[in-house]
Amino acid sequence: MILIYVIGILMGGGLLALLLGQWNRNLPRWIALCTVSVGFIAFVFFWINQYRTVNPHLTNTWIIDYRHDWIPSFGISFHLAIDGLSLLLLVLTFFLGVLAVLCSWNDVKERVGFYYFNLLWILAGISGVFMAMDLFLFYFFWEVMLIPMYFLIGIWGSENRVYAAYKFFIFTQASGLLMLLAIIGLYFIHGQNTGLYTFNYFELLGTVIPPHIAFWLMLGFMIAFVVKLPIVPFHTWLPDAHSEAPTAGSLILAGLLLKTGAYGILRFVLPLFPEAAHDLAPWAMLFGVIGIIYGAILAYSQTDLKRLVAYTSVSHMGFVILGIFAFNELALQGVVMQLVTHAISTGALFIMAGMLKERLHTRNINHMGGLWTQMPQMGAIGMLFAMASLGLPGLGNFIAEFLILLGAFKANVLLTIIATIGLVFSAIYSLRIVQKVFLGPSERSDHVSDFSFREIIVMASLTLSIVWLGLYPQPVINTVKPMINKLAHVFTPENKNVQNSYHTTPLSTHKYLVKK
Amino acid sequence: MNNLLWLVPVLPFAGFLILALAGKHISRVWVAIIGAGSVSLSAILVLIIGISFLSHPPATGYYSQTLWTWMQVADFNPNITLFLDALSLVFIFVITFIGALIHIYSAGFMASDKDYSRFFACMNLFVFSMLLLVLADNLLLLYLGWEGVGLCSYLLIGFWYENPVNGYAARKAFIITRIGDTAMAIGLFVIFYQFGTLAIPDILTKAPVLWQQGASIATITALLLLAGGVGKSAQLPLQTWLPDAMAGPSPVSALIHAATMVTAGVYLIARMHIIFQLSPIAQMIVAVIGAATLFIAGFSALTQYDIKRVLAYSTISQIGYMFLALGVGAWAAAIFHFMIHAFFKALLFLAAGAVIEALHHEHNMFKMGGLKNKLPVIFWTFLIGSASLAALPLISAGFYSKDQILWYAWASEGGNPLLWFIALLGAFITAIYTTRMMVLVFWGEAKTEIGHHPGKLMTVPLIVLAFFSLFAGFIELPHNFGHFTLFSDLLHQVLPETVLKAGMNNELQFQLLALLSTFGGIYVAYVFYYKQPQRIEKLKQSRFVMNLYLFWFSGWGFDKLYNTLIVRPIVFIANVNKNDVVDKLYQGVTFVTVSLYQSLSFTQSGSLRWYIMGLVIGAIIILSMQIML
Amino acid sequence: MKSSTEIVMLLAGLLFVLGVAGVIIRKNIIFMLLSVEVMLNASGLAFVAAGSRWAQPDGQVMFIFILAMAAAEVSIGLALILQIYHQHKSLDIDKLKEMKG
Repeated sequence: MILIYVIGILMGGGLLALLLGQWNRNLPRWIALCTVSVGFIAFVFFWINQYRTVNPHLTNTWIIDYRHDWIPSFGISFHLAIDGLSLLLLVLTFFLGVLAVLCSWNDVKERVGFYYFNLLWILAGISGVFMAMDLFLFYFFWEVMLIPMYFLIGIWGSENRVYAAYKFFIFTQASGLLMLLAIIGLYFIHGQNTGLYTFNYFELLGTVIPPHIAFWLMLGFMIAFVVKLPIVPFHTWLPDAHSEAPTAGSLILAGLLLKTGAYGILRFVLPLFPEAAHDLAPWAMLFGVIGIIYGAILAYSQTDLKRLVAYTSVSHMGFVILGIFAFNELALQGVVMQLVTHAISTGALFIMAGMLKERLHTRNINHMGGLWTQMPQMGAIGMLFAMASLGLPGLGNFIAEFLILLGAFKANVLLTIIATIGLVFSAIYSLRIVQKVFLGPSERSDHVSDFSFREIIVMASLTLSIVWLGLYPQPVINTVKPMINKLAHVFTPENKNVQNSYHTTPLSTHKYLVKK
Repeated sequence: MNNLLWLVPVLPFAGFLILALAGKHISRVWVAIIGAGSVSLSAILVLIIGISFLSHPPATGYYSQTLWTWMQVADFNPNITLFLDALSLVFIFVITFIGALIHIYSAGFMASDKDYSRFFACMNLFVFSMLLLVLADNLLLLYLGWEGVGLCSYLLIGFWYENPVNGYAARKAFIITRIGDTAMAIGLFVIFYQFGTLAIPDILTKAPVLWQQGASIATITALLLLAGGVGKSAQLPLQTWLPDAMAGPSPVSALIHAATMVTAGVYLIARMHIIFQLSPIAQMIVAVIGAATLFIAGFSALTQYDIKRVLAYSTISQIGYMFLALGVGAWAAAIFHFMIHAFFKALLFLAAGAVIEALHHEHNMFKMGGLKNKLPVIFWTFLIGSASLAALPLISAGFYSKDQILWYAWASEGGNPLLWFIALLGAFITAIYTTRMMVLVFWGEAKTEIGHHPGKLMTVPLIVLAFFSLFAGFIELPHNFGHFTLFSDLLHQVLPETVLKAGMNNELQFQLLALLSTFGGIYVAYVFYYKQPQRIEKLKQSRFVMNLYLFWFSGWGFDKLYNTLIVRPIVFIANVNKNDVVDKLYQGVTFVTVSLYQSLSFTQSGSLRWYIMGLVIGAIIILSMQIML
Repeated sequence: MKSSTEIVMLLAGLLFVLGVAGVIIRKNIIFMLLSVEVMLNASGLAFVAAGSRWAQPDGQVMFIFILAMAAAEVSIGLALILQIYHQHKSLDIDKLKEMKG
């Protein structure tokens, strides 16, 4: 039930913020803060509890499973379930959700109620995506997170916001429609095979699909996910959307929306179409590597700070696709780490870009410089996250990238070596950020204030998390271990009968269900 | 006492944390006490641990302490484990001891700097990372320390960040070493898939079992590790960052770019010596790189006028000697030279820093001069350091370490006469540029007035280091001269003994030749720079000499080469593609859509008659088609 | 008998062309509306003539339809014209090109 409550709380909180925003300008942000904090605390407790009690070697990877009929005549049900991966990403969602509310605290001055409504509904959509185990419901949530994001960029963005909002919407919507086609195709094939027309993920898992059709269906899902991820050459919406969105929007885009793409591949593409995915692997890895290098080179030449960070996301997400299609436990664990650590490190960089914009009224790094003198705290934190972004050992991103590369090395030596060279490029652009923003001669004579208390809280929590993940990532690894093991098991070479091995339905009488 | 090992790196780290988090609120005195005190405590702890380690050596030859499991994924489970054996003991001794002296010196040197606490925070973090590097039990933890020292080096080279030149030097250092690190990371992947672990003791025991002598996989692995070492230790072809790294404060140059960090490559190769031994080709390459580097850097040092750049090139050159020793299989000799070099090079940098500060931040040696009587303490300590660098026979420590390398360069199994000759030539050049530096700085007439004299905080560490630069050599004496082998006995617990070629027993002749080259070098410099400086002027008339001079001065043109071959093309591509050529594709789609809509909207003129005309014409066309067909 | 149908049809065609020409040529909307009425009546005439030719009631039924529709069209059209005149103070079709592109 916790799953429904969480989505309900978010959507309800959003509506409440919208309504009360008419009366009072301060109320919506408090409502939003309370809403996401409640969700965050609930999930953290749930995680700790689950981590302590549940044996990670369980054969059944599902922690909670909730199912209720929605449109039974079409086989559509309101089916939510989470396993370790979903749980982890949900915790991340609410963590970044709290930060997003905090960092737009003073940022948003007009239509406050509607702003927080959108923010909370995006979070609700994202949470839904991470939980939905019915493909129709999944598509529904996929769209739910899209539309409020469109408003967020289009209304509260900076100068070129309308263009960016359209671009974002058209890219993700068009690719989403391809996924809808693939979902419906899968639905009918399964229905014809078994006579049972259903959108239930667990039923569809075992579907026997003729290989050539499977490839096209897989491509439908894949395009939707890689556009979201994004992978070169589908990445061009990202820099525009990121740079024009308000700070919280960039944070959620980079931290969560991109992750839904990777989640989709892990959850749907690999288990549903293992053979087709296997055939696609060399190409996917190639595009991942192209993304790593191409994104890094583009990041180097940017002068707009947010655009620069956006291109680093393209580079980092290249690692994700490289790792996913290496199909082994090391790389997949690295991918999950990368999802979490990239959300934190890039999110931090975006928040910082937002703070700089608030203070200096520019995003152009050529107009910055020498800011260390006036704000050493921000300089130090900025340095730390630039280092995280270039994969300095001891910080979370290193673990992620090292595991991905280590796993990918087994699958494809040459591509991995090229990807590793990407580490040099990441050093180049990260140091350029630090140099252009914080070091060098000071350009300004007017006073620029350092962190406020609220900002210290935001940045300290991000800093602590990235260091924690860098020095002791085991909780994250253990949480997703059952799911990743099972996934990797599907692709082990000796396991020829790939179709059915992933197929297990969750126990409906799980203890958490009984308890609630 | 060994179980206190974790405190050795943790103390400087605690110092870093305190200074980084609360540095603003601590008075300058306390900043210095915390900064220098944490490292000094660590040094004392190392002494205690060292004594207990030597008096009760563990049965396995090493002591390890697991703090926690870093991560555990599939069969990949690196620990946070500290590992102490004779080799790492030597390194932690040098790091903490010299580190502590340099911290004390810095308390005086940086006294007037506004970012006092940031400086000590970075220095402490550096000591911590370096300790982690040499105490790491597995290659991943070593890699953490490895990158950590790179970060600190970056932070400290660019310490005076207002000047963009410093920032450039800092980034150059970080990125060039990163290139080596990347190769090393690939080496780690190879090692992991070969041995299924990254734990150093396991690798070293498994390697001779799984790999055959001269196997190509051993060569590949060794070369990848070597690439990491070459980057960090500023050897050919990645040496260009070190001279620029002198942009940092002098204590930084002393600690990072002379005494400790740059020798990380030496440590790595010594640590993984079994893999190198399995590949004679790779070992040969190590020796050749070392010889080439010491040669090239020596000539560059000869032409510099910035005192710190002379020392920087001499550092590159001396590390070249260490690589040469590693390459010919003189493992203990390389580590011995590392230790002695750390003493005298730290001394030289600190003394040079004192000179520079006394002369109002004047770096140019040609504007110094005549300081012999004005700064007596600096003069004597500098002289001792220089003597050690030039390997002045018998009295200086540098002689004992370098002489060993020269001898092994020919006499050991991997050695050959050419390597020996280059090393000898290098020794000759070293003597020239060292004497040149001494003469220009301390003799002749004074060209710049002295600002202020260095205080006790700065001179005491100099004296201590000078003491070691003189006497540390006596713990290891040549075979034919005392044959006292305290140091190599210790190291041979870890590193294999050097195998000599058959029939090499004329060590004395080699020593005499080395002695001759040193005195020859000193004499040449004495003639050219002191006795008859007009000869230099005469030489400068020649176009050829001038071009050669400029070529050497620019570090053999490597910077220019890399700029034209690598940096500029990449920057060019990046700038050309600033607006992302892929986006043009989508803009093309947009353009087609927009132009279609515009051309169609032209027909929607809003004029009713126009529409009706269209209707009528359409009707007529359809009707006439019906009639015709 | 046959020839009279043809003549009536010809008349209807002539009236229709007149109507079309009126719509195209006229500037005033009221006259355009009148021309449309002429076209409607022309087609009604054609229906009646055709109905009598085949001796079927359908033609007359259609004419009644057209009649009803024309009445409705005229009333709505005149109302619109009235509104347009109120808004723009003009009935010149060339000045009312608002729905352009």
